[in-house]
Amino acid sequence: MVLDALIIGAGHNGLVTASYLARAGMKVAVLEKNDWIGGAAVSRELYPGFTYSNCSYVSSLFRPEIMRDLELSRYGLQILPYEGGAVFTRDGGYLGMFRDHDANRREFARFSARDAEAYDRYSRDVMQHCRFIRPLLMRTPPDPARFRPRDLAELAWIGRKVMDLPEAQIAGMIRFWTMSISDFLDEYFENPVIKGYLAVSAIIGTALGPMSPGSAYVLLHHYMGDVDGNVGAWGFARGGMGAITRALTRSLEAAGGEVRTGKAVKRVLVRQGRAIGVETEDGEQIHAARVISNMDAKRTFLRHVDEAELPAQFVRQVRRFKTRGSSGKLNIALDAAPKFTALPEGAPNLRGDLHFTDSVERMERAYDDWKSGHFSRDPFQDVMIPTMIDPTMTPPGKHFMSCFVQYAPPKIAGKDWTDADRDAFGATCIDQIETYAPGFKSLILHAEIRTPRELEAEVGLTEGNIFQGELTFDQLLFNRPVPGYAQYRAPIRDLWISGSSTHPGGGVMGAPGRNAAAEILRDARIGHQMSDAYAVI
Amino acid sequence: MQSFDVAIIGGGTNGLACATRLAQAGRKVVVIEAAPEVGGGAGTVEFAPGFRVSGLAHLLHMLDPRVARGMALERHGLKLAASDLVTAVPGPAPLTMRGVFGKVQGLDPADMEAWQEMQARLTRFAGKLAPFRAMTPPRIARKAGNDMLALARAGLSIRAMGKDEFREFMRLFLINIADVLEDDLTDDRLMGLVAFDTTLGAWAGPRSPNSLLGLLNRISGGARLALPAGGMGSVASAMAEAAHAAGVVILTGQRAAAITVGGDRAVGVRLDSSEEIAAGRVISAICPRTTFARLVGPAHLDTGFLRQARGIRARGGAAKLHLALSGAPEFTGADLRARIVIAPSVDAVETAFNPVKYGEVPKSPVMEIVLPSAHEPGMAPEGQHSLSAIVQFAPYNPADPDAARAEMLANTLAVLEKHAPGIGKLILHAELLMPYDIEARYGMSGGSWHHGDLAAEQMLFLRPFAGVAQYRTPLAGLWLAGAGSHPGGGISGAPGWNAAGALLAEGGQ
Repeated sequence: MVLDALIIGAGHNGLVTASYLARAGMKVAVLEKNDWIGGAAVSRELYPGFTYSNCSYVSSLFRPEIMRDLELSRYGLQILPYEGGAVFTRDGGYLGMFRDHDANRREFARFSARDAEAYDRYSRDVMQHCRFIRPLLMRTPPDPARFRPRDLAELAWIGRKVMDLPEAQIAGMIRFWTMSISDFLDEYFENPVIKGYLAVSAIIGTALGPMSPGSAYVLLHHYMGDVDGNVGAWGFARGGMGAITRALTRSLEAAGGEVRTGKAVKRVLVRQGRAIGVETEDGEQIHAARVISNMDAKRTFLRHVDEAELPAQFVRQVRRFKTRGSSGKLNIALDAAPKFTALPEGAPNLRGDLHFTDSVERMERAYDDWKSGHFSRDPFQDVMIPTMIDPTMTPPGKHFMSCFVQYAPPKIAGKDWTDADRDAFGATCIDQIETYAPGFKSLILHAEIRTPRELEAEVGLTEGNIFQGELTFDQLLFNRPVPGYAQYRAPIRDLWISGSSTHPGGGVMGAPGRNAAAEILRDARIGHQMSDAYAVI
Repeated sequence: MQSFDVAIIGGGTNGLACATRLAQAGRKVVVIEAAPEVGGGAGTVEFAPGFRVSGLAHLLHMLDPRVARGMALERHGLKLAASDLVTAVPGPAPLTMRGVFGKVQGLDPADMEAWQEMQARLTRFAGKLAPFRAMTPPRIARKAGNDMLALARAGLSIRAMGKDEFREFMRLFLINIADVLEDDLTDDRLMGLVAFDTTLGAWAGPRSPNSLLGLLNRISGGARLALPAGGMGSVASAMAEAAHAAGVVILTGQRAAAITVGGDRAVGVRLDSSEEIAAGRVISAICPRTTFARLVGPAHLDTGFLRQARGIRARGGAAKLHLALSGAPEFTGADLRARIVIAPSVDAVETAFNPVKYGEVPKSPVMEIVLPSAHEPGMAPEGQHSLSAIVQFAPYNPADPDAARAEMLANTLAVLEKHAPGIGKLILHAELLMPYDIEARYGMSGGSWHHGDLAAEQMLFLRPFAGVAQYRTPLAGLWLAGAGSHPGGGISGAPGWNAAGALLAEGGQ
């Protein structure tokens, strides 16, 4: 029996699309090149007895509407919200972080009374911007260059939504979208440590520094999530990030779909301008009424589709789609919990994100290294020990530590990464941790070091870009991935894209996959049950 | 007490343009200038005996045609020493460009083809933005009294480029210039030059998002480069002549100490001499931060507004170099009558920007050089030369200002020596103005010659900030007309001219 839909890539977006389509009655299969599912949302045992979230490592962005529609809690997904974190300062102190606004403000007051006061204003303003943009995540971007009724209606809807806001807020919003996080924070705060802490979300995953215009928007991108309705909260998926894709797979299978692992796609089969299936690396041809690629736009169109089937202008635009990777990752199995000199024994902050970058300037200098084609000599790290609250990932008393690192360029001085480069990168990061937690190195049982090279080779992210394409305005909304093709459709009939290369972009969010499913079902004239985005926070 | 319809603070080009337009419409206008002469950033200085240069801005390319015509500047004495300068990139394989972003010579065929396409496209885009320069920025609100017809016309003309070009316009609008160049070109000399021109006067590197806007803004204001005879001061004196002819009273050497407020409206200006001038309208053509924070003061403005005014980002990133030379320098492969740009690659420009973020001085600054003495006698003693350069990037807040200036000068001269071997031996006198020197000398906050960064978040209806972008302020009777307002600086006279138009359209006095 011919499939209704064939999805390339069992990442979270591919699985979301597949599940929605299966629930709407389509016969669906997902092909995954690796022997495991999950793409960049995986749990893997890379050291005996230890589960690694070896790519993405925390959850917040995943849309609760999708969790509900696809019944993910029923299929085993549990998000454990975590509390707090800390930025260690070079003078041996720390700034604690808390999810509770008032606790945070009290902590800020230790550093600056003025900043503690400004924090209320800051939070309110950022939330306002969030509230505006959130409903847009779950909508297909309109094409402003076309005069079709649905595009015009969507543009008018957005226009009305804008004009309903007070004039000052519209101005504030437009400024916020275009300015740098450093400038934005300067409007509220004076203390460098506080600014260093708040700037973090604006650089994670991006090839921008905190002083680059446009970085404030990236902050928003990371603030839009929630855990159990707690907006801005973050949590761990119990059992590692793979729990999300595992639950998605079970949800898919319950609806009659299937995932085939170890099936790498060689090319998309096109006949008379229509996608009719794929040919796998092992020579099998699998036919389907439609093919949906969850790979990034560059990989999909430049590697797996015959160039002759695509308009030349489109190919040119895909080639210049920016996918510069900026991050690396260390995954470490620890014999025991590390001790940070600044933190008291058993401090709750250890359960959250730990940072060592105590100023915006230090972060920007790390970015300057990346621009010059080198990994940061004094990198920014987002260190987490999920086993502090999730004991299921390691043997008792042992810990798993995830270190997200910026910046790591896709190439070193224009050349491919070598193993020696990778090891030097890992050593730089480990040395940094050791400075703040003496004795840390002796606890290491095993460490996996991942640079953009490993991310590309294993997960398939071009240049190791974790968002499948940079989040700058020229690549957002109706420009994502390229102008004219932001509505999940490829220039070939029955070929679709549903990964993070499409609106609204990266992070373990699921929104691109869901929006793509909505468009596919719309074209197929199949009614569906799909929750709209919550309009209010 | 003297009494006028309008008192304008600041006798720079915008103050004079605004004054003239209002006087021509029958208003009784006074211009109050702190310096002994009018002109502000448009002035000619003798920085060493017999050596003259334009003190700050040194090329004329954005002069608004409405202003030139309306003030009859030619009739009032404005002459050009050169009207269409060529830009030269020195080096063993030199490259030349006509003006800014014009025709290029010295490229290989593949780059030439790509360049011509890019040049045509971006010039077309800039042309679509040009009408906005002459507009009072719209307010983004319902029933805001915007000129919907003009807006619709400008908007439709962008859409009328066709679907593909419109999409490209939307994609490029907030992109960075480095990506645009590197996507299609390979020639470092050309890419370095365009990267330099894009970020000239900005606090941004070519890899900063939104940087392309800087280039579009420049081209939309005029891509031909002219050199006024006698330096930029002659633009100011022609403007002063025009203002006089229209009946404007100009008071020089009189610093405004405060804007006087009575019954919740601006009613005049108090001078340093404690003399008071009464006026129905007060227009500030100096930088908006100083206007609100110092001249109006917290007593008459609400906290949030004052915070916004203080928050205007004004970071001058450019230094100004003046050299008195005992003979003609020899730039490798470049004519002395050209505008010489030393910016060898995109990365060279970006690398020069990096340190200023931390208040440090770049090792190899990039620069734009003009030798006024190569165009006309009188700018330097016979056989000798005066050199004027805008050097980027310079920190505006270094830890030690004097040490930073010395380091900046040494680094700049080292770069010059590389491109004009032997120039060091010709130097009779060198003067380098860092952004903080420019601030002290010209009163521009942060040494920003735009009176506030010309960045996306401070443009159009956000310039200098939302709520005062339409030239009028919340304090009744007080208006803005300087480079801090739309469309920004660059010796155009446009903000001043627009402000006068907005005030006249308001009717009343």
